[in-house]
Amino acid sequence: MKSGSNLEKVLTAGHFAFTGELGPPRGAHAEEVRKKAVFLKGRVDSVNITDNQTAMVRMASWAASLILIQEGLEPNYQMVCRDRNRLAMQADILGACALGIRNMLCLSGDHCQFGDHPTAKGVFDIDSMQLISTVKKMRDEGKFLSGADLDGKPQIFIGAASNPFADPFEWRVHRLAKKISAGVDFVQTQCIYNMAKFREFIRQANDMGLTEKAYILAGVTPMKSLGMAKYMKGKVPGMDVPDEIISRLQGVARDKQAEEGIKIALEQIAEFKEMKGVHGVHLMAIEWEHRVPEIAERAGMLPRPKV
Amino acid sequence: MIVAKRKPFDEIMQLVKGHKKVLVVGCGTCVAVCLAGGEKEVAVLATELDMGRKLANNPVELGSITLERQCDREYLAQLDGMVKDYDALISMACGVGIQFLAERFPDKPVFPAVDTCGLAVNQDVGWYEERCRSCGRCVLGLTGGICPVTMCAKGLYNGPCGGTNKGSCEINADQPCAWFNIYERLKAQGRLDCLLKVQPPQEWKDTTPRTLIQPGYTKPEKAKT
Repeated sequence: MKSGSNLEKVLTAGHFAFTGELGPPRGAHAEEVRKKAVFLKGRVDSVNITDNQTAMVRMASWAASLILIQEGLEPNYQMVCRDRNRLAMQADILGACALGIRNMLCLSGDHCQFGDHPTAKGVFDIDSMQLISTVKKMRDEGKFLSGADLDGKPQIFIGAASNPFADPFEWRVHRLAKKISAGVDFVQTQCIYNMAKFREFIRQANDMGLTEKAYILAGVTPMKSLGMAKYMKGKVPGMDVPDEIISRLQGVARDKQAEEGIKIALEQIAEFKEMKGVHGVHLMAIEWEHRVPEIAERAGMLPRPKV
Repeated sequence: MIVAKRKPFDEIMQLVKGHKKVLVVGCGTCVAVCLAGGEKEVAVLATELDMGRKLANNPVELGSITLERQCDREYLAQLDGMVKDYDALISMACGVGIQFLAERFPDKPVFPAVDTCGLAVNQDVGWYEERCRSCGRCVLGLTGGICPVTMCAKGLYNGPCGGTNKGSCEINADQPCAWFNIYERLKAQGRLDCLLKVQPPQEWKDTTPRTLIQPGYTKPEKAKT
């Protein structure tokens, strides 16, 4: 075991993993985190805690992660390269581990221009690839990035994101390979809507042996409405929403669109369960945590394995 | 070349409002080429200031001169006899020139009339695009001659990020994704292997003031003035 995290145990035992996501509040109320956590407890193996997502200031992801631990859930601590330099990152990794955090997701981070402080200076002292290598070096070699020894290796299950859809498509699998060679243990993909393209991506990853070197969790975000689908298609960089998703949502009454969105997600999850090279699903129910119990139940994900 | 943009007039007015005799100093090199601080721009600013101050019932006595370069002692020396007649200087040079001018005349307030905007190419008259952040650790040999530090909005060394969007950057559809372009160029050259290796964290060289002494040259005991 690299970290002993629940997620690592579930995956190494060969179970189909199911992870969730929780965005920390824009304020100091721990209660906000606890309220959302109620819906996720017992329904997912680990919960991603986003780090100033979309470059909006929120409660620190390590702090929300700790609240989650208090509530008896396992966090997947997200860290972006945008907001801190290599000293702060390594310090946070040690602190997070000391307080019981065992999973980390290493990300670049959205550009500051998206957020509520658009003129802030993005740090990007190191990038996500280098952050992966840094955590690995700390964990496996017991060394800081500088090469100096550290006392007490951080036991972290190392995660990264993967976008299977961005152009040039033929390069996507090589990006994944690079992250694996940098040291990731598990990968959570961008929200998947284009299943044909994803099947091809996974086929390439299987052919290259990548799905035997890291666990791949397919990203699923149920569409809440036609408006959301159109927004994701047109406005969110890196998102690939095929017309058939739009037309399916258009084909039902307005008050049935959320149900249709969930149905699409359930069909996807059913296919991922059977797909060679996919080891789990990462459910990003954005500001829809209260629907997770129902989705988990209907997707046949319950009860979660005890390992 | 170094490019700069003239500051808004009101800001310049505000900077010099307490001074009655002001010398506007242009620079005939980079900022002249990019139409920010050469002889013509000096003349325009001096005229604007003259009118603005008259209208504000706070007239100012102005002088103007454009040096070949403000980053060179040889040319700054031209000002030695003139500066005593003024109580403040406005420099229209880049940040380097402004500082060298201020360093030569330390008892005179020196005010910038331009914002220095980077190292850029001349795309057309009046149109300049940044290409270099002078990081001091050039990786262009591995990136198909496209700088990821400058041209990627996040300065990623192992890009692209997840926000790459059909060849554009996530910040703006008009901004090309540097890593998309790097990929395309290296692919055309049959050099995609350059992208497979993880580039280690940059050893930043631009975190302290840098001094460059070329081989065969030495730094004098004390700089000549």
